[in-house]
Amino acid sequence: MEILTWTYLLVGISFAIYIGIAIWTRAGSTKEFYVAGGGVSPLANGMATAADWMSAASFISMAGIISFAGYDGSVYLMGWTGGYVLLALLLAPYLRKFGKFTVPDFVGDRYYSKTAKIVAVICALFISFTYVAGQMRGVGIVFSRYLEVPIEWGVVIGMCIVFFYAVLGGMKGITYTQVAQYCVLIFAYMVPAIFISMQLTGNPIPQLGLGGEVSDGTYLLDKLDGVLADLGFAEYTSGRKGVMDIFMITLALMVGTAGLPHVIVRFFTVPKVKDARLSAGYALVFIAILYTTAPAIAAFGIYNAINSTSEKKISELPTWISTWQKTDLIQVEDKNGDGLVQYLPDQEKNELSIDRDIMVLASPEIAELPNWVVGLVAAGAMAAALSTAAGLLLVISTSVSRDLFKTFKPEISEKKELRIARIAAAGAVILAGYFGVNPPGFVAQVVAFAFGLAAASFFPVIIMGIFSDRINKEGAIAGMLTGLVFTLAYIIFFKFISPELNTAEHWWFGVSPEGIGSIGMILNFLVCILVSSFTPAPPPEVQEMVQEIRIPRGAGEASQH
Amino acid sequence: MPSKPKINTKGYWRKNLQTLFILLFIWFLVSFGFGVLWVDELNQIRMGGFKLGFWFAQQGSIYVFVLLIFVYVYRMNKLDREYDVHED
Repeated sequence: MEILTWTYLLVGISFAIYIGIAIWTRAGSTKEFYVAGGGVSPLANGMATAADWMSAASFISMAGIISFAGYDGSVYLMGWTGGYVLLALLLAPYLRKFGKFTVPDFVGDRYYSKTAKIVAVICALFISFTYVAGQMRGVGIVFSRYLEVPIEWGVVIGMCIVFFYAVLGGMKGITYTQVAQYCVLIFAYMVPAIFISMQLTGNPIPQLGLGGEVSDGTYLLDKLDGVLADLGFAEYTSGRKGVMDIFMITLALMVGTAGLPHVIVRFFTVPKVKDARLSAGYALVFIAILYTTAPAIAAFGIYNAINSTSEKKISELPTWISTWQKTDLIQVEDKNGDGLVQYLPDQEKNELSIDRDIMVLASPEIAELPNWVVGLVAAGAMAAALSTAAGLLLVISTSVSRDLFKTFKPEISEKKELRIARIAAAGAVILAGYFGVNPPGFVAQVVAFAFGLAAASFFPVIIMGIFSDRINKEGAIAGMLTGLVFTLAYIIFFKFISPELNTAEHWWFGVSPEGIGSIGMILNFLVCILVSSFTPAPPPEVQEMVQEIRIPRGAGEASQH
Repeated sequence: MPSKPKINTKGYWRKNLQTLFILLFIWFLVSFGFGVLWVDELNQIRMGGFKLGFWFAQQGSIYVFVLLIFVYVYRMNKLDREYDVHED
């Protein structure tokens, strides 16, 4: 069968499964809509969390980023997994014991203040919107590349699917769909990785193949270091960024991960505190499978790409290169007219440009795998994008219906609240779709900064809300605003006002805008502690609540009020 | 519900913080320590085809993270029972 037929078939089957699950698990109450009724098993929740977490960017782009960044790409690997340790140890069990539905719920109650809650809602909405626009774009790109439809149509089809199961099923529908999506995406990621690892190093486990030997008996990574150095590039295994910058970016990504509302909310769906801890462990196992494979795909990919092109005759390049040249993701231009390809760091002389997404998208062809694997990778990329989009849309609709609407109009009936939540989800799908079709130029950049903002705003106030009973509302509000404003100002200055100054010598302490969330977080902590020590302690019932969330016993299901 | 026996919440919380401190120290050591701050020194040591610092940054730290969470789960479940604050 043709590649296109296989792609339609596999993507079609996976969509049919998602819709089937959505109908089967339709949400009937607000509790089912917000937290899946609080009855999800830790294993299923772990899988759903992993799918929710791993976006189109993790699936399609991460390996390619590492291919070109080498050691520096480690910031994403450590940053996007290490956050789960913080989440499991410092947040998930306590927030589960607290037992409501959203992060702003917690901030509002712990800091006995509507203002604090509203600030939290605004942070949550901002983070989720920037993120979801990127996902819809991802859906559109996957559609257009594999199914050969225009990007706009791809976005619209993706919107319809997400609309159907997020609006209908709420958290319950999303959770069980995400379990299915995880299975699809991990299978699609691993199959080409295993075969490429086998071809290059003879070891079927990519994680070990990365440290294996290539056909001439030298270690793959040493060979890669040598090949890159010969061409004038930096060695693959050594870094180019400053130590301080690597440190701060990794920290911002870790802490940001632990502060993302759509991740935190997943731990409200399990029945017990015990389950929340375990569930974070399962989630990280499922995430780690992909995240430890990605650096292997990255190294295999760049090795293969250089080996099959550098100093080779243009007329004799492998077929996957000519296939992907049609999409402009690979460009070959014989600048010096010698009929050979030169891959060089000097932009004037370099004749080969490879888009980072190629490392995953073209992996089945590089490994010469059958056509159905290409269709599988398409279905996997789609699963990654859709599952993350759905999780984010739920946070947006919950923020609107519960954190905003119900805060000001507490008397509305459950039926009405559920309707508002569905309307909000529908509105969010349409808005996200609009940004997917007409992406503002800054979306891609802003997504990376969403982490910095989450790190600088949410993380400190949640941690201190649990680990201190002395921090009060004045401290929390001042801390959140300081972290948010400082981080935002630094990013806006270097990215939008004076991008020409965005180099290491102008950065404060050598920290790039990507890593500045860490400094914002530290400021948030300091301001919060300082302001709290000059203002009155929280009322006794709040102090009692803090004691209460620290012990597991008595955690009912996520409660209505 | 039967009448609540006196629970030593202070002791439980102290033990919890101790556990957190040890686990987060390891968390910091394998990622920020081995993977970032001392990566060049560790890269002098080899483990098969890997330079050790590079391995920690791209593989090892992630394996340790997974392990840490499961140690935490095991330890806390035990602690919950010891101090009689477990659920059900």
